[in-house]
Amino acid sequence: MHIVVCVKQVPNTTQVRINPETNTLVRDGVESIMNPFDENALEMALLLKEKHEGSTITVLTMGPPQAEAILKEAVGRGADSVVLLCDRAFAGSDTWATSYALSTAIAKLEKADLLLFGKQAIDGDTAQVGPGVADWMGLPCIAYARSIEIADGKAVVERAFEDGYEKLEVSLPCALTVLKEANVPRMASLRGKMAARKLEIVPMTAEDSGADPEKLGLNASPTRVVKIFSPPPKTGGVLWQDEEPAEMAQKLVDLLKERKLI
Amino acid sequence: MSELNYGLSEMAMEIRSMVREFAETRVKPVRAELDETGKFPTEILKELGKMDLMGLYIPPEYGGTFEGDSMPNLIAVEELSRVCIGVSVSFAANGLGADPILIGGSDEQKKKYLSPLASGEKMAAYALTEPNAGSDAAGIRTTAVKKGDKYVLNGTKQWITNGGEADIYTVFAVTDKKRGSRGVSCFIVEKDTPGFTFGKKEDKLGIRASATRELIFEDCEVPAENLIGREGTGFIWAMKTFDVSRPGIAAQAVGLAQGALDESVMYAKVREQFGKPIIANQGLSWMLADMATKVETARALTYATVQSIDRGVKDYSKFSAMCKVYASDVAMQVTTDAVQVLGGYGYMKEYPVEKMMRDAKILQIYEGTNQIQREIIGLALNKEYAAFGK
Repeated sequence: MHIVVCVKQVPNTTQVRINPETNTLVRDGVESIMNPFDENALEMALLLKEKHEGSTITVLTMGPPQAEAILKEAVGRGADSVVLLCDRAFAGSDTWATSYALSTAIAKLEKADLLLFGKQAIDGDTAQVGPGVADWMGLPCIAYARSIEIADGKAVVERAFEDGYEKLEVSLPCALTVLKEANVPRMASLRGKMAARKLEIVPMTAEDSGADPEKLGLNASPTRVVKIFSPPPKTGGVLWQDEEPAEMAQKLVDLLKERKLI
Repeated sequence: MSELNYGLSEMAMEIRSMVREFAETRVKPVRAELDETGKFPTEILKELGKMDLMGLYIPPEYGGTFEGDSMPNLIAVEELSRVCIGVSVSFAANGLGADPILIGGSDEQKKKYLSPLASGEKMAAYALTEPNAGSDAAGIRTTAVKKGDKYVLNGTKQWITNGGEADIYTVFAVTDKKRGSRGVSCFIVEKDTPGFTFGKKEDKLGIRASATRELIFEDCEVPAENLIGREGTGFIWAMKTFDVSRPGIAAQAVGLAQGALDESVMYAKVREQFGKPIIANQGLSWMLADMATKVETARALTYATVQSIDRGVKDYSKFSAMCKVYASDVAMQVTTDAVQVLGGYGYMKEYPVEKMMRDAKILQIYEGTNQIQREIIGLALNKEYAAFGK
């Protein structure tokens, strides 16, 4: 089984602030990391590889040259090969153009049985690229997967929601976007780190991928960001404290009834 | 943070950052629970195995990554200890259990037993101590009698770290009563060997995540090929093991003391009394200064000892004893002071320093009490200055 995991290098958003004057992200001095949900996707692939002998994992990212750091991290954890899709032609791509570009790169690889993505990236938070790639490739896609079992060319996937989950069967090849609760990502091994250190990554260009240049980059992207702003902190509200819990519960019920919310 | 340059290899630096991150993300969140419940850290050790960190002391031909530099393993122990020595002793006891095989074992024994230890698939334990043979290790009573191509073991071992959890045990037993310490032999005994069972699991003051158990041998038959070296060489392997393992206890002590120092300084900077952080009080900042100085001197002596062993210094028993005794005394002092710095909070279980103080005490006791270490240093001095005596 050949598993392709798509990952993205993102700023560590726990360190990111928004410049209140320009309303843009202050990225200076912020460390870059592998998108945390993508770590869960990679871990799902590694666990499948341990279970299904002979499986291989290719990790793919589209990004600037420094994005090779997360590919090396992936090799450290046990990925077999990596692809860095890197070209100025990709600059400014939105999710439509990005998912197109990734789909062309995946088509250049050995045929993939399973495509894994994190459920969303913590910088853009769109959750569109995984399903987008599946669509470009004409593959079924299950978003928000928390577990997978593979047998006889089929996958049984649990897709979780806030109030429950669905158990779905899908034939391979297919695409999944993976939730945080799926697993606990491992850390890189010593031998993996040593191998990663020696690894030289030759980027795949737009031309190599065979992508249609008309569908790449900022100009080909239908999305326009009109404004970015920090949501104003919520104000108001009612606070009850220092009373008996039963009293406070009664007050809450009364208030909700009064506002016709229950 | 400023630090001294100990000339660590790239590998040692890599291990330090790997284990530090691992300890912070994987061990720190569960250490209080492990301490409370006494649950053995199986998952943590399995994960360390997957990260290739269980074979840092084992040569590549037996599946490990040791190529003459002992610092990566020592630093792994130190960094785990910074967060929890209950976990680090369970990690390090593998090395202790494997050392007699590494030092005295045949190539076949090494191949068979060290490879699964290096991968983390199996664990090891070292079984010397008995109810009546602690500091006087030569006084062991467990016997091994040769019967055909087997040895039959009878006796009880006490306070064995990783007891019950380990798969491979290096067990010391008397093969010739008349010869005293020269009648002791060392055997490799696998878990599930008929006649080999486990007694009670001890309830301890500290290092509660670690497993400490009795081993019971009742007509336990061990294949003769599991004898390490020749009959009567066991005590040599036991003592040589201690010479190389004692700096590991020192590394535990350095890590633990560093962890307690970190907690103390961080607390002293945010805790305000009389309108200022308590670190602004000279009485307290001098206390922290003394703690930091002790930690660094303990680290320097420990690293220098291990680096000297790697560089081929021959007579190192004295230095192994020195770093063990010094660093463990420092750990006891620094963790006690850490509780003092944190005051009432330090005494409470919500903060980690009370655990650190409880944990520290064992370092002055196991792998040879600190009195035994001073005895070793004293004897060495007496011998070195032999020409000056009457």
